[in-house]
Amino acid sequence: MDLSQLTISEASQLLRRREIRARELTQSVLARIETSDPLLHTYLTVCAEEALAQAAAAEQHLQTPETASPLCGVPIAIKDVILTKGVRSTAGSRMLADFVPPYDATVIQRLKDAGAIIIGKVNCDEFAMGSSTENSAFFPSRNPWDLTRVPGGSSGGSATAVAADQSLASLGTDTGGSIRLPAAFCGVTGLKPTYGRVSRYGVVAYASSLDQVGPVTKDVRDCALLLQTIAGHDPKDSTSVNLPVPDYQATLTHGVQGLRVGVPKEYFVEGMQPEVEEAVRTGIAALTALGVAPVSISLPHTEYAVAAYYIIATAEASSNLARYDGVRYGHRAAQSDGLVAMYEQTRAEGFGSEVKRRILLGTYVLSAGYYDAYYLKAQKVRTLIRQDFLQAFQECDVIATPVAPTTAFAIGERTTDPLTMYLSDIFTIAVNLAGLPGLSVPCGFDHQGLPIGLQLIGKPFDEATLLRTAYSYEHCTTWHKRKPTL
Amino acid sequence: MAQVTKEDVLRVARLARLTLDEQDAEAMTAHFTKVLAYIEKLTVLPTDDIEPATHAVTVAAPLRADCVTNAPDPALLQTALAKDDTFFKVPKIIE
Repeated sequence: MDLSQLTISEASQLLRRREIRARELTQSVLARIETSDPLLHTYLTVCAEEALAQAAAAEQHLQTPETASPLCGVPIAIKDVILTKGVRSTAGSRMLADFVPPYDATVIQRLKDAGAIIIGKVNCDEFAMGSSTENSAFFPSRNPWDLTRVPGGSSGGSATAVAADQSLASLGTDTGGSIRLPAAFCGVTGLKPTYGRVSRYGVVAYASSLDQVGPVTKDVRDCALLLQTIAGHDPKDSTSVNLPVPDYQATLTHGVQGLRVGVPKEYFVEGMQPEVEEAVRTGIAALTALGVAPVSISLPHTEYAVAAYYIIATAEASSNLARYDGVRYGHRAAQSDGLVAMYEQTRAEGFGSEVKRRILLGTYVLSAGYYDAYYLKAQKVRTLIRQDFLQAFQECDVIATPVAPTTAFAIGERTTDPLTMYLSDIFTIAVNLAGLPGLSVPCGFDHQGLPIGLQLIGKPFDEATLLRTAYSYEHCTTWHKRKPTL
Repeated sequence: MAQVTKEDVLRVARLARLTLDEQDAEAMTAHFTKVLAYIEKLTVLPTDDIEPATHAVTVAAPLRADCVTNAPDPALLQTALAKDDTFFKVPKIIE
C-alpha cells in the first residue's frame, strides 16, 4: 500500500492500531514529494528532517492511542503565508525569500499540539494575490490533472499537494476564493470558514477583513477533522470570535433530509462552461434525491461583488503591506540614498508586478478626493451583498453554486490581462465580503478530464451544516476518489 | 469613465513608497484605466441610505487590563536587516 494515498482518518486509524508508524507514513509522503515535485513545483520548502523528528515525537503519543488526537502523526502541508517558527516563510515573495519567523501562527501551534507533522511549505501567489499561483516570485505550480494548466490560486500549492498525495491534507488561506478555486481546479475539498472562526495570528496579512485560514483535504470527513483542530477563539487575534466550536464529526452523518438548498439564478450565467453548469446542476439533483428541498433564490447584487472586492481588498493590502520597509524583516535594498529612498528601492525590488498593482490601486482608492467615491461606496455595496445572503438564508439553509465559471485554464492564458484573471473569482468573492463559510467539493470532470467543484455556502458560523451537506453529497458520488496520473 | 494619467500613477507610487520605472508606470496607467472603468459599475447603485460595512462580522473591541503582557523578545531582532545592540538600524534620517 502506498501510504501517501491515505486520508487523515484512514491514516489515523492505522496509526492508532499500530499497523503503521508515523515515520513510515512521513517517509512515504517525502518519497512522493521527491518523485512528483519536479513535475508539479508544489513545495517551496520541504521540512524532511523536522518532519521525521516530529514523527518520532508523535510515535510517543501514539503509544497511548486513546489520548492521541486524530491528527497525531499525520503529515500536513502549509501554505507559505502561514508562519512556521524556524522554517522559512516566504509568502511567495522575494520580499520574504529569506525570512525565518521567530514564532508560529496560532493554527500551526494548534496542529503541533495535536501532534500533526509539518511536512513543508507550499507555493502560492505572492502575498496570496492571484488565482493561478503564477504570481509566485519563485515558480508557477502545475495542475496534477494536466501539467500545462494552473492549479488555481492563490493556495495552488495547498491543493496540488493534496490532489497529488504530496501530503495527506494542507492549510490554505482564502481572501476572495483562494482555497475554493484551487480545490475545485484540483479535485479536492476546500473550506473557507466563517470570518472569525479561525485565528489569523501569524498569517501574513493581505486583506484583513476578508482573510481566513482553512483546510484542504482529500474528503469531507478530513475537512471536518482539520477544521476542528484549527477553529476557535484566540486572544491574539482580536477578530477571532469567542463562540463554542461544535463537534463537526458528530453531526457529519446526520443526513440532509428536509434541508433547504438555495440555488441563486445569478450564479448560472451566460458564458460559463456548459459542462460546469451541467455538473453543478447534476450535483444539486443528487442532493435533492437525498431529501433536500431545492429553492430558487436571488442574490441581486452578485454582479457588483468583484468590483467592490477589488476596492476593499486592495485598500487593505496597501495598508497591510506598508510594513515591508526593509527595517525589521524581509528584503532591504543594498544601496540607497537616505531613508525614503531605501523604502522605495526596497519595495520596488521586493514586490512583484501584481502586488505593486494592488498596492497602487489600494493607495489610489484611499487617497484624498477618491475615498468616498471608491472605498466608502464599496463598503456600502458590501453591506448590500451581505444583506442579500442574510435575506436568502430566510428561505434556505445552504446555498449551492459553481465554484468557478470554467475548469482550470492554461498556464499563461490570463497573465497578460489581470482583469480577466480577477473574474476567475466571480462566484467566490461575495462569500468573503459577506464573511460566510464556503466549501468546494468535487462534483465532476469536463471532457478534458479536469475537475469541477460544487460550492456550498452556509450561514455564519454554521460550518456544521455545510460539512454535513457536503458529506452526504460526497457519499453518493465517487468523484473524490479519482486520482490524477502523473 | 475615470481618466487616469501617468502623473496620477506616479503620485500614488510616491505615496506608496514604490519606485516605478517609465515602462512600469505606462503599464500601470493602462491597468488603472481598465480596472477603474470596471469599478465604475458600482456608481449605478443607490447607496445613500446604506451603512458601510467595515467587517463582515461585528465584534466588540476586546478589552484587557492595562499592563504589559509581552516582554521585549530578543528573538525578534534576529530578523533585523541591520541592527546595533538591541536596536533596528536605519539609514541616517537627521543631519
